[in-house]
This record gives sequence, C-alpha cells and structure tokens, in this order.
Amino acid sequence: MKLVVMHLTGNYAVAWAVKLSRVKVVSAYPITPQTTIVEKISEFVESGMMDAKIVRVESEHSALATVFGAASSGVRAFTATSSHGLMYMYEMVWWSAGARVPIVMAIVTRTIGAPWNIWSDHSDFMSQRDTGWLMMFAEHNQEVLDSVIQLFRISEDPRVYLPGMIALDAFILSHTTEPVDIPDQSLVDSFLPGRRQPYTFKSGDPITMGNLPSNPRDNMRMRWDVHKSLVAAKKVITEVDREWSKLTGRSYGGLIECYMCSDAKYFIIGAGAWVGDMREAVDMLRSEGYEVGLIKLRFVRPFPAEELAEVMRGGKGAIVFDRSVSAGSAGPLYLDTVAHLGALNVEVPVKNVIAGIAGVDVTYNDIASVVRSFIEEIESKGVVSNYVEWYFR
Amino acid sequence: MSEISHILPLSKPKEGISRTGTWRLKKPVIDHSKCVKCMMCWLHCPESTIDVVESSDKFVEVNYDFCKGCGVCANVCPVKAISMVPEG
Repeated sequence: MKLVVMHLTGNYAVAWAVKLSRVKVVSAYPITPQTTIVEKISEFVESGMMDAKIVRVESEHSALATVFGAASSGVRAFTATSSHGLMYMYEMVWWSAGARVPIVMAIVTRTIGAPWNIWSDHSDFMSQRDTGWLMMFAEHNQEVLDSVIQLFRISEDPRVYLPGMIALDAFILSHTTEPVDIPDQSLVDSFLPGRRQPYTFKSGDPITMGNLPSNPRDNMRMRWDVHKSLVAAKKVITEVDREWSKLTGRSYGGLIECYMCSDAKYFIIGAGAWVGDMREAVDMLRSEGYEVGLIKLRFVRPFPAEELAEVMRGGKGAIVFDRSVSAGSAGPLYLDTVAHLGALNVEVPVKNVIAGIAGVDVTYNDIASVVRSFIEEIESKGVVSNYVEWYFR
Repeated sequence: MSEISHILPLSKPKEGISRTGTWRLKKPVIDHSKCVKCMMCWLHCPESTIDVVESSDKFVEVNYDFCKGCGVCANVCPVKAISMVPEG
C-alpha cells in the first residue's frame, strides 16, 4: 500500500474524510473551532475536487435540518458544529435519530457558556448522550480521518441505521497539525458501499415521517428499536475496525482500545485527545513500577460495558477521567462505567476525576500524579475517600 | 446478511377518518359551464378536497365528505364559477 502523508489539522482531516466518503450535501453554520472544516470542504467543492452541494443556512438548527432533509432523500450528507451551535441544534439531533436517517456530524468539542470560552472540554458532546446517535471520540488526527469514514459505514449499516457523531478536541486536535495518511479513493470506495438507508423520500411515492402515532406503544417500540440498534452496532463497529485494519493496517480496537492492560492491576479510563497524555502517564508510571493500564473509550454510545468489564474484572482499582460533568452528580463517563460494572458484578473501586473543564490544560504529569495518589490510597486504606474529585492544577 | 426490519416512524397518506364535511355552513357549488380548467381551486384548497378528474366532463369535483366550506376556492376562481350556497 502506498502511503500518501499530508500534514493536516484535525479539522482538515475531517474535511478530507468527507471528501473521500463522497458526501453530496454539506450544510453548516460557522462557529469556532469548527469553522475550518467547512471552509476546507468549500475549497474542495469550489476547486472541483469534490462533487457536492454546500447549503448556507442562518442557524445550526437549520444546518442539521437541511442535512437531515438531504439525507432523507437518499444522499450522503454531513455537518459539523461546536458548543453553542450544538445546543441550538439539539431538537434536530433527536429528530434525526428518531427518524433513523444515517448522517455523520463532527463535533469539535468546546466548552459551553456562560462565560464565553472557546477552549476544549467535552460538555457539548456529552450532553448529547441520550439522543440515540452513535457517539465516538478520536485521539489523534489520523484516527479522526479514519473514524469519519468508518462512521459513515456504521451509520448506514442496515443493522444500525442511526446517525453518528464524532468528537475531536478543540485546538488540541482541530487546529494542530499532524502527519496523516490519506487513503486512496479506490480503497475508500471499496470500503464504503453505495448509500443505504431505511427509506427514501421520492416524488410519486408519498410517505410521511414522524406523524402522531395512533398508539403511544408504537412510539415506545420505536425508541426501543433505537436502543436495540445502538447495542447491535457494537458488533458492526468491531467488524468495521477489523476490515479497516485489513485495508490500511490501522486498528483502533473498535469500541475500546487497551494499552498495557494485560497485566495491569489499575486502570486509567478516558476518551478524547488527552488519551495521548494518558499513554505518556502510563509509560512513566510503569517505569516507576506501577502496574497501570489504559482503557480508551473510543465509543461512548453504544457504551462498551461488557468490553470494559472483561478487561477490568480482577483489577484493584480504576480512575475515570471526565472532561465534563453532570453538575450535581458526577462525570458522565464515570456514571456509565460504575453503573454497568456494578450490574456486571465487577467489584473494582472506581474513582472519578473531573479535570480539564473549560480548557484547563492537563498534562501527563498531572495524570500520573493523580493516579499515584489513588494507588497509594487504595494500597494503604483499601478504599477511595473522595470518589468524585475536581482536579485543579 | 439477513433482512433487518426496524420499527420506523413512517405512515402512508390515506383518506382521513373524520368526516369534516359536517362542519360546513356554506357549500361550494361549481358551475361547470363557466369553468376554464385553470385548477386554481384545486391548488388553493387547504384541505385537498377538490379532485381533478381529467376524464370527466366536470373536470373538477368537490369531495363534500371533507370540504369544510371555507370558501377559498370561490374566492380564487378567476371566472366566478364557484358560488357558496348556505347548507340545508
């Protein structure tokens, strides 16, 4: 396989993936730090490198409505947003999942006001977790490009038929340049079949989507089907990762990726760009003799409960790092993790560390120091005293 | 891959159950001798109760089971071929 490596920001990696996926309609509203994705796509279209229609709209609500409409009529469609833009879109996020229309959306994660702030945390993305979309994080720009293409494939799989969103951290990925291999168009074409979707709006064959159900029980069954299809997507995600790996040599483990887990007693759990720092922290802690492994949550919906349980069973402790918080409770990744581990009888003490909110920088030294004190507490006292800790540097 | 069926929020349009024609106070009556077949009534009817039957001499017919008697058709008719006649 010939490698074509370009230096791309995370946002340009998204744009390249959208182009390679032969997307036909793109609609978006500018918002920092998303804007350069659609700027790059506009360049592709304007220069004739990409055959697509860009629809300019007056809001994010209309952007997703436009993409939803285009996708309903049978073409691959894409949008991207961040933070307040995603908040404004929220109604259509639910609507497109309920309608079962495959769509891909990139979320360049940015904190939510007040106050105004453009830096990265996962508050915007994690607030979408009940909508019924496939939700995944990318760790680096190559994974961004590969995952956007994979997400089209997963979203359009008949076992799934749900829209999917991918999170990339503001600036840390979105505006930072890394070498990225651009797969050949023929490789992507062989991986991505023609557009598939559960129904298509066509003139001459009128159907209505979303009418009042005559019986709410039917409505409940629709929501149940969304849930079941997300659970069924786990298998699809694993298959897709395997197939991509055969074609490109790059695997991300499907739902989760483990680093130094096989003999680990303690686990770091996280999602997003700072997983890269967590790898550094694991290397550092290993060199100091700590038996630490890293579990990267690549997908948060479907939530990889059994996959986590399998890795963590028999462990001595785990820390879940959340870059967002369900205020008044705990971090959302932590809440999912402890709920499922408990139900699956994995008796491992789990601590939640809320860090990096509003873009506060978190380094591998920070992560390592938090993990060190956690392990020392478990080893000396056997329990976690402060199970939801806000970490301020 | 086996056929996967999802429960989808779709419906096919069909004639309604409620006979809204009973709401009517005035009834549109078409003078077919004046009709110029412009289809303005068909286009403007808010309830789609005007049927175009090209093979029929009448060309346009009102479905009185559903016509609520709003009078939009009579208003838009350029040749005043539709008159609103009080019911009953």
